[in-house]
Amino acid sequence: MESIFFLVVAAVAVISSILVVTCKNPINSALSLVMTFFCLATFYVMLDAPFMAATQVIVYAGAIMVLIIFVIMLLNVRVETVKRGTHAVIAGSAIGLFVLFQTIWFLMKGSMTGKVGEMTKEQIVSVGHVELIGKALFTDFLLPFEVTSVLLLAAIVGAVILAKKKI
Amino acid sequence: MDTLILGLPVAYYIAMVAKVLVAFVFVLLTVAYATYAERKIIGHMQVRLGPMRTGWHGLLQPIADGVKLFFKEEIIPSQASKFAFLIAPLVALIPAFISFAVIPFGDTVTIGGYTVPLQIAAYYDQAGKQVFDVNVGVLYILAMASLGVYGIVLAGWASNSKYSLLGGLRSAAQMISYELAAGLAIISVFMLSESLSLHKIVADQAGGAWYAFKQPLAFVIFFICSLAEINRTPFDLPEAETELVSGFCTEYSSMKYAMFFMAEYANMITVCAVTTTLFLGGWHGPAFLPGWFWFIAKVYFLIFVCMWVRATYPRYRYDQLMRLGWKVFLPLTLVNVMATGLWVMFISK
Repeated sequence: MESIFFLVVAAVAVISSILVVTCKNPINSALSLVMTFFCLATFYVMLDAPFMAATQVIVYAGAIMVLIIFVIMLLNVRVETVKRGTHAVIAGSAIGLFVLFQTIWFLMKGSMTGKVGEMTKEQIVSVGHVELIGKALFTDFLLPFEVTSVLLLAAIVGAVILAKKKI
Repeated sequence: MDTLILGLPVAYYIAMVAKVLVAFVFVLLTVAYATYAERKIIGHMQVRLGPMRTGWHGLLQPIADGVKLFFKEEIIPSQASKFAFLIAPLVALIPAFISFAVIPFGDTVTIGGYTVPLQIAAYYDQAGKQVFDVNVGVLYILAMASLGVYGIVLAGWASNSKYSLLGGLRSAAQMISYELAAGLAIISVFMLSESLSLHKIVADQAGGAWYAFKQPLAFVIFFICSLAEINRTPFDLPEAETELVSGFCTEYSSMKYAMFFMAEYANMITVCAVTTTLFLGGWHGPAFLPGWFWFIAKVYFLIFVCMWVRATYPRYRYDQLMRLGWKVFLPLTLVNVMATGLWVMFISK
């Protein structure tokens, strides 16, 4: 049951991510990317990480992609104004093939089960996913968390300074 | 014994499906009659009669409107982007409806010997003791609300018309600005409830300990921000008819226009249901009537308030709207979150 569901969602994810790069219209590409993000959120739910799924939808599908679509709409990029160079296609295919080869290599070499961490499924269900993430963020990863927030603040201040002519 | 599917008898699934169907049909009917109620209420507030001709006091008006829109000609502008133009009404409508999945609209009922919680995305464990529901329900609602903006933005862009594009842009800016303040207002609620599950938040408000009393500022700000997020008057700039013809849905006709209309009313009902759940004690009320009755009564009261606001206030100007969102509500909610944090840390513990 669960594996059938996984296969359906995975197929949608793969198809929509192919559409992201093949669509001629930039808005349709952006919409396919939203669909891909949605499929990723579904995977998070299946991995017992509902909080990750919700933030994935809120942050990526809800905020970042809206801004990207906003920019495309304002620039009014209609169907394919950018020419596709053959060099880019060759380089892209080479990198893609290399990554595929590497993935297959590591899958053949390494063990399929992977390392078992300290967070088990039962623990996540009993303590709660949000509680575990919150605790980890404010104890073990406090410094990176604070540094990230300072970085974001700097970015906001920078954006305001860039956008305003006179302060 | 019955046949089992995934360890549960078939009758249990029938009970769950019945619950979903009843809830969904009820929401659809409420959407249809909210349009009627709006015309009637605003009519009487402006000393008019409102619809009177179809049926007794115009009661069949929503059905007549539906039939009329169904038989109208579908027009797709020749310069429109077809795919986005066709998909936009759906993208607007679906998130509005699926937000209902996590809202608890009553206590439990017993159907065919099984205890079923009155919340679509929830079930009891085998012993019938503990409810399992979406434990990030609040975030789920925020996520769906943030997807609703796509419908309007796409409609505005795909129509290839200046009025539509301006309406779509206004709506995107407005929804993103007000989402922030609404989210921060909700944060102060789940700082008190210490849970993101709507079931737990409602259980915390049993016996009249509503969060509207504990968090009056968050309650007011959340409700106003929600009105702005669903583009209701006084924040209906995306479809300001005096300046933008009809905003993002200028080029739409027939059923597609009806779908935007339905999405607007479904959003209003969702927002009222979420406000009831988070701040007005959900389905809790005096015990002589069942929980779902109190839930429906509170939601209908809030819907009435939305219409009352529409009949009372003029539309905001665009700069006033942005100032209200970013310079008034955002700082106020931040202060509210700080104050709630201090209160939880030093006084309530």
